Amino acid sequence: MKLELKGITKAFGGFVANDSIDLVVDEGKVHTLLGENGAGKSTLMNVLYGLYEPTEGEILVDGKPVHFRGPGDAMAAGIGMVHQHFMLVPVFTVAENVALGDERTKGAGILDLEKTRKAIREISDQYGFHVDPDALVEDLPVGVQQRVEIIKALVRKADLLILDEPTAVLTPKETDELMDIIRQLKGDGTSIIFISHKLREVKAISDEITVIRRGKVVGTADPSADAMELASLMVGRSVDLSLGRQHSDGTDVALEIRDLTVIDSLGVPTLDHVSLDVRKGEILAVAGVQGNGQTELVEAVMGLTDHTTGSIRLDGVELLGRSTKQIVNSGVGYVPEDRSTDGVIGDFTIADNLILNRYDRHPVARGGSLQPAFIAENAEAKIGEFDIRTQSALHTASQLSGGNQQKVVLAREFSRELNLFIASQPTRGVDVGSIEFLHRRILAERDKDVPVIVVSTELDEVAELGDRIAVLFHGKVMGIVPGNTSRDVLGLMMAGSTAEEALAEADAARLATTENDEPQLPGGIA
Amino acid sequence: MSTATASATGAVHVMNKRALTLYGLGAAVGLVLFGFLSPGGTASFRLSSSGDAIQLPLLTVPVAAAGWIIAVLLIAGAAYAFWSEKSARRLAGWVPAVFALLFVIGILIWLVGSSRASAISLLSLLTGSLALALPMVYGSLGGVLAERSGVVNIAIEGQLLLGAFAAALGGSLSGSVVGAMVSAAIGGVAVSSLLTLFAVKYRVNQIIVGVVLNVFVSGLTGFLFGTLFSNNSGLNSPPRLPSVAIPGLSEIPILGPLLFDQTALGYLMFVAVGVLWFGLYKTRWGLRVRAVGEHPKAADTVGINVNRTRVLNVLLGGAVAGLGGSFYTLVSVSQFSRDMTAGTGFIALAALIFGRWNPIGAFFASLLFGFATNLQYVLSQAGTDVPSQFLAMLPYVITIFAVAGLVGASRAPAASGQPYVKG
Amino acid sequence: MSPETPSFIDRLRASGAVVSVLAIVAAFIVGGILIAATDEKTTSATTYFFARPLDTLAAAWNAAANSYAAMFRGAVFNYDASTFTAMIKPLTETLTYATPLLTASLGVAVAFRAGLFNIGAQGQLILGAMFATWIGFTLDLAWPVHLLLVILGSILGGALWGGLVGWIKARTGAHEVILTIMLNYVALNLLAYLLNTPVLQRPGSTNPVSPQVNGSAMYPELLGDEFRLHLGFLVAVAATALVWWLMNRSTLGFEIKAVGSNRHAARTAGINTFKVTVLAMVIAGALAGMAGAAQVNGTERFLTESVAASIGFDAITVALLGRSNPIGVFFAALLFGAFRAGGVTMQVATGTPIDIVLVVQSLIVLFIAAPPLVRSIFGLGQRKKRKPRTPGRDAAVAATAGGDK
Repeated sequence: MKLELKGITKAFGGFVANDSIDLVVDEGKVHTLLGENGAGKSTLMNVLYGLYEPTEGEILVDGKPVHFRGPGDAMAAGIGMVHQHFMLVPVFTVAENVALGDERTKGAGILDLEKTRKAIREISDQYGFHVDPDALVEDLPVGVQQRVEIIKALVRKADLLILDEPTAVLTPKETDELMDIIRQLKGDGTSIIFISHKLREVKAISDEITVIRRGKVVGTADPSADAMELASLMVGRSVDLSLGRQHSDGTDVALEIRDLTVIDSLGVPTLDHVSLDVRKGEILAVAGVQGNGQTELVEAVMGLTDHTTGSIRLDGVELLGRSTKQIVNSGVGYVPEDRSTDGVIGDFTIADNLILNRYDRHPVARGGSLQPAFIAENAEAKIGEFDIRTQSALHTASQLSGGNQQKVVLAREFSRELNLFIASQPTRGVDVGSIEFLHRRILAERDKDVPVIVVSTELDEVAELGDRIAVLFHGKVMGIVPGNTSRDVLGLMMAGSTAEEALAEADAARLATTENDEPQLPGGIA
Repeated sequence: MSTATASATGAVHVMNKRALTLYGLGAAVGLVLFGFLSPGGTASFRLSSSGDAIQLPLLTVPVAAAGWIIAVLLIAGAAYAFWSEKSARRLAGWVPAVFALLFVIGILIWLVGSSRASAISLLSLLTGSLALALPMVYGSLGGVLAERSGVVNIAIEGQLLLGAFAAALGGSLSGSVVGAMVSAAIGGVAVSSLLTLFAVKYRVNQIIVGVVLNVFVSGLTGFLFGTLFSNNSGLNSPPRLPSVAIPGLSEIPILGPLLFDQTALGYLMFVAVGVLWFGLYKTRWGLRVRAVGEHPKAADTVGINVNRTRVLNVLLGGAVAGLGGSFYTLVSVSQFSRDMTAGTGFIALAALIFGRWNPIGAFFASLLFGFATNLQYVLSQAGTDVPSQFLAMLPYVITIFAVAGLVGASRAPAASGQPYVKG
Repeated sequence: MSPETPSFIDRLRASGAVVSVLAIVAAFIVGGILIAATDEKTTSATTYFFARPLDTLAAAWNAAANSYAAMFRGAVFNYDASTFTAMIKPLTETLTYATPLLTASLGVAVAFRAGLFNIGAQGQLILGAMFATWIGFTLDLAWPVHLLLVILGSILGGALWGGLVGWIKARTGAHEVILTIMLNYVALNLLAYLLNTPVLQRPGSTNPVSPQVNGSAMYPELLGDEFRLHLGFLVAVAATALVWWLMNRSTLGFEIKAVGSNRHAARTAGINTFKVTVLAMVIAGALAGMAGAAQVNGTERFLTESVAASIGFDAITVALLGRSNPIGVFFAALLFGAFRAGGVTMQVATGTPIDIVLVVQSLIVLFIAAPPLVRSIFGLGQRKKRKPRTPGRDAAVAATAGGDK
């Protein structure tokens, strides 16, 4: 299928998410849309998939203009989409999910799932997916769920497949497998639109690259283009954002975690005898693919998990068994990974969000009574200091952009003397300008001799900030390696190799090929 | 959530601890109440009424012995549940049902044993239960339809009440029971239309709309009862819906009069339960409805119109619940009166949760509530030392235990109560 | 004024207050149409509608206007009365009816702010009334002390019933809507049982009625014997002020609002969500329990099964109308008190059933919850450049009701 988008504009009220975008995808090609978070890639794809009506512009399939009133029309035209957040019903089986919306029936509307199962097995065999049609989707690993999404599109005979940030949740190994699948699909004549902000993958898989910034096409590039050049195009200025930071070995051990084990509500250990030390004045970066125990690790330190055993000692004092409030009050600062769920209260004003961790302490409150004057002064001061872009401290947090919400969280956590600082995915979904600011603030905290833990699934962020790097896999520590460890080794560890195995394997590979130096980029870009 | 590790051990089906506590509690109560605190003597049940063709002898049960047997069975059931939990096996679906049934039989024998009457008519106990359960079943089916598509329906009470009112009015005007039943369904649909207008179109919180609609219907029907019906009593004299005995089948002892001598509403109820169950789990329509209730965005991305599905389901649910309301004015009594549904809609709501959003589950939960309510009437006639108010409390207390214990383990449709906004 | 500045009319259209007023007007219009449509004179005039259409309209107008005028006479000011006392009595009746409604609604509002949908004010009120009554007739104490104990007892009774819901909810995650509905029935049956036992039954009586409470356990009348208005009204006003402080100035209120808006973020910040859920329901129950004392020790003097009337359910509507804000709840309770007082007069004077009040009340809440509907009814057009509404954060929903998932 040849797809053309001509002058697509999509506005939400006064905000223009897509501004007269032109795009041509040729048959059997992988066309990449490259852009930062919030550049308008997903909006464009939702327009193409019929989820949004374009404000202006037209879509041509094989030269003929089409008009999609809903995803049904797009699918009928041969367009399939694998969404960033999978569109699968967790309590349905694979077959039910694949059948949904495209049901085979025995007549009179009675489901014939057997036909769907057969179709799934055929596609699964063809591409080597190994998907059981009768498995419940919620029981499947993310990588397999993604294959179910691809099957969904293929069963509907998609000639063009949109993959929206498909690698965000995958291990390096799963990513490689996905790349193979994409090549296979391409070989069968399927056109692919690949959306990503990860330069490495983009360069590896693309036939053509279109770069989008702030809702506009800012250029096209060849996959052979220099990574630095692509990054500059994407970000809009020359990228040399390496912080030029000093490595730190830290001083005394401040946080000692021993045999930390967390059992989830189903009785499964999500964290399995984890032991870690964090020194004063160092950043321990915790790397790993999403869902390998990082969330539980930081939540256990914060006293937010049930069924936790082992020991967490901060400056010699046991934290395990204490309430979250006691832990917060003992000087632990915490930036949770899901900002909108755990970090801020969307309905609360910025001023109130800025005191969320000390609303009952002097001088915010006296004798159980809040001090509005102090809360207002504090808000003005923090908004200035952290450059939070808002017209008023009385606006609600939900009115702020992601980056500014994160600044609110950081401002709040840094508004007191800390004995430990934990940041989980500190720059996820944040624009590049804010990333730099947030990283510098975290480094500044380290330089005040505070022990810091940074959890990130972005290898670049891990490499950027970590003085030492711990890698988690299936709830276990695969090893703790120096901050300058190569990403090949980290990638192997994230897929389950121990540090020693990974180093040996990477050495062997290095002998075979000469290493290709990548530019240092802030997390979230490359 | 780390799905990867969960799937590895297959621990997803492990039962909830609270459910286990409930089994333990049930067994303990059984042991103490039925066993140690048994009133002794005998409990007698009449199995046939005087007019029956086949006369069965009185069923007499030694209370203490029966109590001990049931207690032992309950303990065995609880032990089996614990064993299943320990060996990470999935508990078969019949275990909780049999456990509950044994417990109810135990309570029944205990209560009858401690009453002063010589014998209790089992048949009237059961038929009465079924009659009390009937509007509850219709109401909870209406609720299942709405909730499965993701709309919380607190307005069941209002749908039943307007259904009852509309049946009286429509029946009086048309003079036919069919006209009355159609009117009742329209009455339920009217409430549903308001629910969808506010909850789906204007995205007002669904619980708020439901609560307020109940007040609205109560006020509206009360007002019209005080004006329209009091000015013209001919408008409030609907025809009666007759019972139709199925020849042959209705002669079977106990089961015959219980199941095969029903009104059209009674027969339709059994059909509705089966059809809805089949529809929800075996048809394209049901797959789509459940998808919309669980993950509306996923449904939207495969071309299913989420809000239209919801509106249609809530309207259909209204028709079902409204039809159930006609029981009050066509079968139960022969005219409408103020607030005559008396909170049945709320019990129906509890029944659908107790029945885990499944038509068959909702049906049996409604039967249980109907039974508990009827037991109170029958026993207060028979004369018992247990205050009738405590028996009246029983369904409500059971529900509290159920939602706090058993149902915690099951899941409501994930998107229930959340308006769907594209994007 | 620069062209960009919105005109006064624009700003007026945009304000929530205008929508509230229009919602009330629209609800009254619908109510009026119902009254007119079922009026006998109007219906008989419609038989010759095409001959003299104005007769129908005049009859319809008269029916609605007479009913509403009677309602006004019963609720605000009786301009037909001969004495000054009789003239102002309606206003004091409104305040009397509003008294129990006010505290019960505050209870529902506090629970709302904690994200809890408290349908249980009815049961909490009954428990409060049982405690208040028992203390009122068994103890023999001097006036202020006895009354104070009665109030404390009602608070305790309601708090127990509300706290039970909070505890089960926090402990097991059971839905509070189901819990509160069920506990309402349990409370009602408990009351019926105790009114038939020596604990609460009047000696020598076979009816389910309690003894009269002692004079020392009564709220004294504020304006003399002519009026029923009692000290309980001022206590309710004080409770309103206290709840305002609680919700807007206290750290506990901050916690309640935090848990109600986003329990995950609240928990992450160290707020004990278990404690806050239980405490919010304890406070909610305590306020509803106070309404029980206002009923028995303010107006009724003894306890019957119908002590709660429909106060517990009206309280939900009042809390919604007042948008869970104590000051809003105060005025909403006065409005509903007026409906109640006026409705009684209307039924007596014009024969219009008091049920019309329920219709108008529920329509007001529905209309207020859906401002776009009201605007389109009155042709005001849509407000521009509004952020799209977040689900579950509708104006009437001060709290994200429906619990967490």
